[in-house]
Amino acid sequence: MSAPLQTAPSSTAPAAPLLPRTVDAGARRPRRPRGWVWVAPALLVLGVFVYLPLLQNLQYSVMKWDIYAGGSSFVGLANYEKLAGDPVFWRALLNNTAYAAVSLVCQVFGALLLAALVEGLRSERWRRALRAVYFVPSAISLTVAGLLFYFVYEPELGILNALLRGVGLDGLTQAWLGQEGTAIWAVITMSQWQGFGYSTLLFAIAIQRIPQDLYDAASLDGVGPIRRFLQVTVPLTREMTGLMIIVTLSGAFQVFNEVMVMTSGGPNNSSQVLVSWLYRMGFGRNDFGYAAAIATVIFVLTLGVALLQLAITRKRRVEW
Amino acid sequence: MVTRTSVLGVVARTFVASFLLALAVVVIYPLLWMVLNGFKTNSELFGNPFALPLQFTWENYAKAWNRGVSSYLMTSILVTVTATIATVFISAWAAYGLTRMQIPFSRTVLALILGGLMLAPAVALIPLVRMFQALGLYNTFWALLILYVAFRIPFTTFLIRAYMVDLPVEIDEAAAVDGAGKARAFWSIVLPMCKPILVSSVILNILFTWNEYLFAMVFTSGGDLQTLPIGLTNLMSKHGTEYPVVFAGMTIAAVPVILLFFLTQKYFVRGLADGVGK
Repeated sequence: MSAPLQTAPSSTAPAAPLLPRTVDAGARRPRRPRGWVWVAPALLVLGVFVYLPLLQNLQYSVMKWDIYAGGSSFVGLANYEKLAGDPVFWRALLNNTAYAAVSLVCQVFGALLLAALVEGLRSERWRRALRAVYFVPSAISLTVAGLLFYFVYEPELGILNALLRGVGLDGLTQAWLGQEGTAIWAVITMSQWQGFGYSTLLFAIAIQRIPQDLYDAASLDGVGPIRRFLQVTVPLTREMTGLMIIVTLSGAFQVFNEVMVMTSGGPNNSSQVLVSWLYRMGFGRNDFGYAAAIATVIFVLTLGVALLQLAITRKRRVEW
Repeated sequence: MVTRTSVLGVVARTFVASFLLALAVVVIYPLLWMVLNGFKTNSELFGNPFALPLQFTWENYAKAWNRGVSSYLMTSILVTVTATIATVFISAWAAYGLTRMQIPFSRTVLALILGGLMLAPAVALIPLVRMFQALGLYNTFWALLILYVAFRIPFTTFLIRAYMVDLPVEIDEAAAVDGAGKARAFWSIVLPMCKPILVSSVILNILFTWNEYLFAMVFTSGGDLQTLPIGLTNLMSKHGTEYPVVFAGMTIAAVPVILLFFLTQKYFVRGLADGVGK
């Protein structure tokens, strides 16, 4: 059963957005510096506004600013030491990790299962309608979605508590965003609502690329729908799954918008995430050096995830 | 697909269908609630949250519009249009160079441009603020335009380049034989052929710029130049007691992108598919 599946990876396009293709058209022509005219604008903009500030950030993270006198001085690793002893930083890192874990379950594995269920429907019209409907929250901004759920969770006028009261679960009603124990989970839940349609749509596209004969052959062999999912859908969408894991992990460590809109990191810093803490330290307290140290942690985490993706894609190419 | 129609299969299918429909309701209902709340009065809002508005008047929408939403909307449109055009143009130009020219250190150039995909904007935030303050561009339209272009070039170049690689080089060579220079070939031959991916790029960039929050918040916090995501949070803090007006503002911000998505679904899906799976 598994032998014919392994010979069909060409149908699931290799997902490698970060891996540059090295074979370019026009390789026969002599190398001409005039070609620089074409890439110069992009390189210049990226160099000045992306790469330069990135390097500056490393430099900032070993400095201390005196915002009023306008000077700065070298302080070595003091900002990083401060980071290690800052409970809010660890709280934020933990919250980002919770974000990553829940998003992996819902937006990667849950979305794959959901996409398989949708694509298994017989009516093309229903498949298309459901894919579109699930995607709508991803089209609206996180600001609108965050504000909307701020109201959904609102104790007095929100529909969540009203719903709980309606089904007789009065005991569960609470100020979801106003308590330390529930705030970050309420934000994470909103984020799943907003984002699951996006990954479901991508998985649906990956599933559509699987040749129908594989499913037909499996059906003829008497393989039921659950085993068809495990033996055909899961292995043949592996590329997309790998990519979605990377995208989801990287995104989970950059969360900011929904936290700012819904809780601003409160109450009592319980829903703080790395970027919101960076923002607070940098622009609330003008502690640029400390904020830059937090930024370096985000840099290391997101770059680590991206390099992991590169390494996995390379390895897979070698295997082929 | 399934030839066997057992009782179990019917039960399972009914269960799956109900689950998928229930999920659709969970997605749609809060959005519907948002639109309907834009029509309610404040006292209705604090009454039964599931009730329909007593009358559909545009009063709250008009209030939201006059309390800044019209200006946020104009700023959003202006930033979105200019940033999208600049990003797609610079990216297509670079993609042409990368696929059609032999440039010294071309692999390094490619790695530098696409490497930008891996970098989180938040990491560059603090130095960028100081840089834009030094340049006198902090709190200006130009700050947003430059940042949106800079941080979207990697993804957009990646999309367009992957498409251009698959176009046969013979087309350019035929143009060269006809005496057309490289720039002519780019404008009149290659670019028109890339139309599908250009449309996808435009749509994905519109969606990004329209919804962007971090840069918009940090770089335009003081001025009167605010995009919708920032303006909405202002509307919330300034007129906090008049929630229906906030709901109306949120609806005004959400409707254009939802319409864009439904009208251009084909290109949209294609862009996403090419972006992640090509």
